Amino acid sequence: MFQCKNLTCVREERVLFNNLNFTLAPGEILQVEGPNGVGKTSLFRLLVGLSTPYSGEVHWQQQNIMLDRDSYYQNMLYLGHKSGVKPELTALENLHYFHHLFNPKVKFDAWEILTLVGLAGYENVPTAQLSAGQQRRVALARMWFSDCPLWILDEPFTAIDKNGVQVIEKLLIKHAEKGGMVILTTHQDLLLPPQLYKKLTLQKPAAGEQYV
Amino acid sequence: MFNAFLQIVRKELLGAFRQQSDILNPIWFFVIVVTLFPLGIGTDPALLARIAPGIIWVAALLAALLSFERLFKDDFIDGSLEQMMLAPQPLTWLVSAKVFAHWLLTGLPILLVSPLLAVFLSLQENTFWALFLTLLIGTPILSLLGSIGVALTIGLRKGGVLLSLIMLPLSIPILIFSTMAIDAATFGQSYIGLLALLGAMLVAAMTLAPFAIAASLRVSVS
Repeated sequence: MFQCKNLTCVREERVLFNNLNFTLAPGEILQVEGPNGVGKTSLFRLLVGLSTPYSGEVHWQQQNIMLDRDSYYQNMLYLGHKSGVKPELTALENLHYFHHLFNPKVKFDAWEILTLVGLAGYENVPTAQLSAGQQRRVALARMWFSDCPLWILDEPFTAIDKNGVQVIEKLLIKHAEKGGMVILTTHQDLLLPPQLYKKLTLQKPAAGEQYV
Repeated sequence: MFNAFLQIVRKELLGAFRQQSDILNPIWFFVIVVTLFPLGIGTDPALLARIAPGIIWVAALLAALLSFERLFKDDFIDGSLEQMMLAPQPLTWLVSAKVFAHWLLTGLPILLVSPLLAVFLSLQENTFWALFLTLLIGTPILSLLGSIGVALTIGLRKGGVLLSLIMLPLSIPILIFSTMAIDAATFGQSYIGLLALLGAMLVAAMTLAPFAIAASLRVSVS
């Protein structure tokens, strides 16, 4: 169970959002929507604990994430705007590193996963030489061998082709059906079954509340 | 947990060997500075032997400063620093691995070329051993202290000047004690006490710096 309690985000004395509350139960997918600059990425950085909220708390299994980072990070997968893929290493080496650092207990076949994300034949090319979409796929490949119940995905479909988006949608549904949770932002409409799928629309605060 | 440490070191080394200019640049700088001195001030062996320890140590310090830029910067830009901070292992442990890899890529090459430079600067054998030992103990301290500075300045666009301002005052004690030890060796005195002081600094830096680095990264990246 993932909870966000009265979260307020302030950047440069400007209020991005105010008293945000939501709860995510196992098996739910939450899409965060809103125009550019409304604070989606800032919200995600608060949710994963990379930045500290102005006020409010984020709870994972009834525990404030700031107080118990280790157990939260064992259960959370975050894919941000910056992919975290090392450009001078090959796709295979990147996967290997992510596997050992994040999910060492999961057994996986790197070749099979590279085939699934459409990178078979490119495994020994440094990722810097791959196209933007292929680089993105290297980062997204982590979802295939992650045993974390909570996935937080910031714009996962950037630079991914239509076919790839469908594959990822299917993976998200499979993850939710197994009892996982997903929070993601995207500007695309997703074809997800409505019983699994929630939307949260961020709006700019009212004129009187824009500054601290 | 040890596996995570090894994986980070492995990744750093692999990355560095793919981009060799990054590792060669500081060591090249070090060698050039030291070899230019005899050309600039003449080749009188007595004079060179007198100022050699200072030259080598100052060059090592500046070479270390040059190499800090890439310690967390690339990782910050491509997002792998963010991911490292979200890993299920303690961040202090993971940054220790980064610093260790940094030392392997910058401190160790300096140690390896130091015999050659000792010949250039006509050092006596016992002076050379003192130099070697102070470099062996001193360069890891430089890596650890520098990492704190880098972690503090990483979010800034022009952090380079600030980094040297933070870093140089902290590294001056190491410079003083190292050159004192080498001077003592030149005059045939015992320098074990000075080495012990440097060792104490290394132990303090190894145990405390990773916490400072981790805390600074949490502040800088947010």
